[in-house]
Amino acid sequence: MSSNAPVTSSGEGSHQVLTFVLGKETYGVDILRVQEIRGYSAVTKIPHAPPHVLGVLNLRGSIVPIVDLRMRFSLDRAEYTAITVIIVVAVMSAAGRRDFGVVVDGVSDVVDVNTEAVKAAPDLGARGATDYIRGLVPVADRMVVLLDIDRLIGTDIANLTGGATPQAA
Amino acid sequence: MTIDLTQFHDAFFEESFEALDSMEAALLKLDVGAPDKELINTIFRVAHSIKGGSATFGFSDIASFTHSLETLLDELRSGTMQVTPAMSDLLLKSVDVMRAMLRAVQQKKPIDAQKVSDLQFDLELMIAQKSAAPAAPAAPAPAPAAAVVEPTRKRWEILFKPFPELFARGNDPLRMLRELAELGELESLPDISALPNFAQMDPQSCYVAWTLQLTADVEESAIRQIFDWAEGDCELQIKLAGAPAAAPVAAASEAPEVVPPAPVSNTAAVAAPQPAPTLVAAPSAPPKLDAVPKTDAPIEKMADSGSIRVSVEKIDELMNTVGELVITQAMLSQLSTKLEGNSAEKLRAGLAQLERNMRELQESVMRVRMLPINVVFSRFPRMVRDLAQRLGKQIELKLTGEQTELDKTVLEKIGDPLVHLVRNSIDHGIETPEKRTAAGKSPAGTVHLDACHRGGNIAVEVSDDGGGLDKNRILAKAKDRGLVGPNDVLTDEQIYELIFLPGFSTAEKTTDVSGRGVGMDVVRRNIKELGGKIELRSELGKGSKTIITLPLTLAIVDGQSVSVGGETYIVPLISIVESMQLKASSVSKLSGRGEVFSFRGYYLPIIRLYELFGVEPRTKVLDEGLVVVAEGEGHQRIGLFVDDLLGQQQVVIKSLEANYGHVEGVSGATILGDGSVALILDIPGLIRATSIRSAA
Repeated sequence: MSSNAPVTSSGEGSHQVLTFVLGKETYGVDILRVQEIRGYSAVTKIPHAPPHVLGVLNLRGSIVPIVDLRMRFSLDRAEYTAITVIIVVAVMSAAGRRDFGVVVDGVSDVVDVNTEAVKAAPDLGARGATDYIRGLVPVADRMVVLLDIDRLIGTDIANLTGGATPQAA
Repeated sequence: MTIDLTQFHDAFFEESFEALDSMEAALLKLDVGAPDKELINTIFRVAHSIKGGSATFGFSDIASFTHSLETLLDELRSGTMQVTPAMSDLLLKSVDVMRAMLRAVQQKKPIDAQKVSDLQFDLELMIAQKSAAPAAPAAPAPAPAAAVVEPTRKRWEILFKPFPELFARGNDPLRMLRELAELGELESLPDISALPNFAQMDPQSCYVAWTLQLTADVEESAIRQIFDWAEGDCELQIKLAGAPAAAPVAAASEAPEVVPPAPVSNTAAVAAPQPAPTLVAAPSAPPKLDAVPKTDAPIEKMADSGSIRVSVEKIDELMNTVGELVITQAMLSQLSTKLEGNSAEKLRAGLAQLERNMRELQESVMRVRMLPINVVFSRFPRMVRDLAQRLGKQIELKLTGEQTELDKTVLEKIGDPLVHLVRNSIDHGIETPEKRTAAGKSPAGTVHLDACHRGGNIAVEVSDDGGGLDKNRILAKAKDRGLVGPNDVLTDEQIYELIFLPGFSTAEKTTDVSGRGVGMDVVRRNIKELGGKIELRSELGKGSKTIITLPLTLAIVDGQSVSVGGETYIVPLISIVESMQLKASSVSKLSGRGEVFSFRGYYLPIIRLYELFGVEPRTKVLDEGLVVVAEGEGHQRIGLFVDDLLGQQQVVIKSLEANYGHVEGVSGATILGDGSVALILDIPGLIRATSIRSAA
């Protein structure tokens, strides 16, 4: 589980990160968590799902929920086009491993990130939750936001599994 | 080099548990009527193979216990002891103890040594008592008692009389004697009376016979094994002598009395127990017949069922792959309909063939997972027997349809609910013998378990001829507790339905009727998790019947696809009563209760699926779409309003919870022919989600 180890300044070496674009920002996720990258196709809606969960897709036989990161980050909603991409990631949560598809604007690159170069995310106070950001790292004069995918989507999972509304008959 | 035996442990445990189950079943059959030789043999073989296995793996506690058990069983087998109720109880307890020991060893936990040694003592006591009892009057010498005190060193008397042509068959009597000598102390008395004078002697014939005395801690089978090759070429009689090594001269003179000249057949030995000398002996088998005890080959006999063990994961993997194939095949067929031309026609024909083959393949794979329901039923005879004894009731258990096959997953989960129902029947359903006689019934009540296929489902019924349910008391209680309005009129079905409410009668389990409801909500929840239904029928004074309807498998469901807007949903066929087009005139609005329509004399609520699931439909006008009349728990019916019906198909159930979570009103998802996902509706869940209660 070294891929999920917290970033520490004393850590040596580097790890690979898949970077993708969302709006004007570049984000990165640990490459070891990426299961596959595929084009967008129509999803099946799930009733009572949070707005950023678009629905589910058939991914070689398993049913995988698809999350729109733009909506998750409260960005303007973009049209889904032929180049819209879904990154399928493995999320580790209390309930075990789960696969999620993440809709992004485009995938850019796989980059080596020097662990020492990762800066902690600034505390933005109440204005923005930053607990799902592992850190910031400059890559070729751009700032890449490294995401902690477990925190980002794990909270959703907790809500979904714990929040199934048992209605008193 | 040593072999790592731990790799075989799992197989040993699995086989042992199964063997114990069959032993238990055999024991239960045994106590009715005269003991069946074959049953005793079955029981003996189980004990024997567990003893062998545990000794091999170094589970000495189990080996030692099973040894005592085996000794007792050997007595039964040889007919020197008779099956008594006390003994059958003891043997059943032994099964429990062996199971507990095996489980403890399997989980690497300490064995409950006290319990084991207590029971082992009981077993040995029984052996000792039985051995001593017939010995006292019959035997003039006190020798047999000594044999009981030290049972391990037995003295065998063997009469070995080779036929003259023994040498010609490649047998060497001296080798056999040497091997015997290795087993223990051997004294041999050659009988050379048949020896002709030298001139007439044929050097290739055997003229010598032996009377052998072997003092050793061995079973008869071990001795017989040595003579295996000479079988049919000699006269062989093996007897256990009462006393441990006495004077050889005395033994020799005794021999002709001890060994009856005429071979004693097995049945004769059972009917007329031999006096003192045949204490622990297996009956001597006539050498020329095939009645040699089968002790040396019990393990092979048991494993010979023509099956192999495969892990469940492998089968599941296979199921998944086949599921994928079905989907791919459906996708291809769908694509082929868009093609045109001569070769397209051929392609379609080929695909149709493929579809047939796929269906067969799917069914075959599914059958691999199926097991007869007997696996579950087999635990009931014991339970019913114990419970009836404890409650002082006479109960006859009837099992039918044991060969009905069910998916393994369903089978594993159906056990507990069934136990609960059977226990209810015995505890609260069947009356005491006195009460029954007073009511003009036979004193013994009947509990009947039945399983059968019924329209693509499995129906399991638990019925009894006991007191039945008192509708009025149930209704009165429900009214007391405010579950039913004081003036409500309920149908019989709805009254029985009350029993399934959580905690409905637990509070007053003192009365017969209310006790019945304990845990019925749990039973229903379990059945529901399996995608099944449960209903109750009863007649006061005549008995009650619980009917459980289960899907054949959890992996596939027969479904009706319906469309709402651009979405496709699957409604399980088991929930559908019928589908119909509504006339605007049959719909009426109830204030606060939404819309209802009349259906066969009842008013059913309408659930608009698009409203519930937040989808934009093709139409919102009731008489432009269709209504699927569906049934939830306990005949609770609703009308599900959808745009259109698409078609019926078998769909492979995929979990939505594996990667996502539970969705109210949805039991899972499936992949359609075009590769897209469709949700499978859960009708009872839908009804709960809308929290509409059927207005009857």
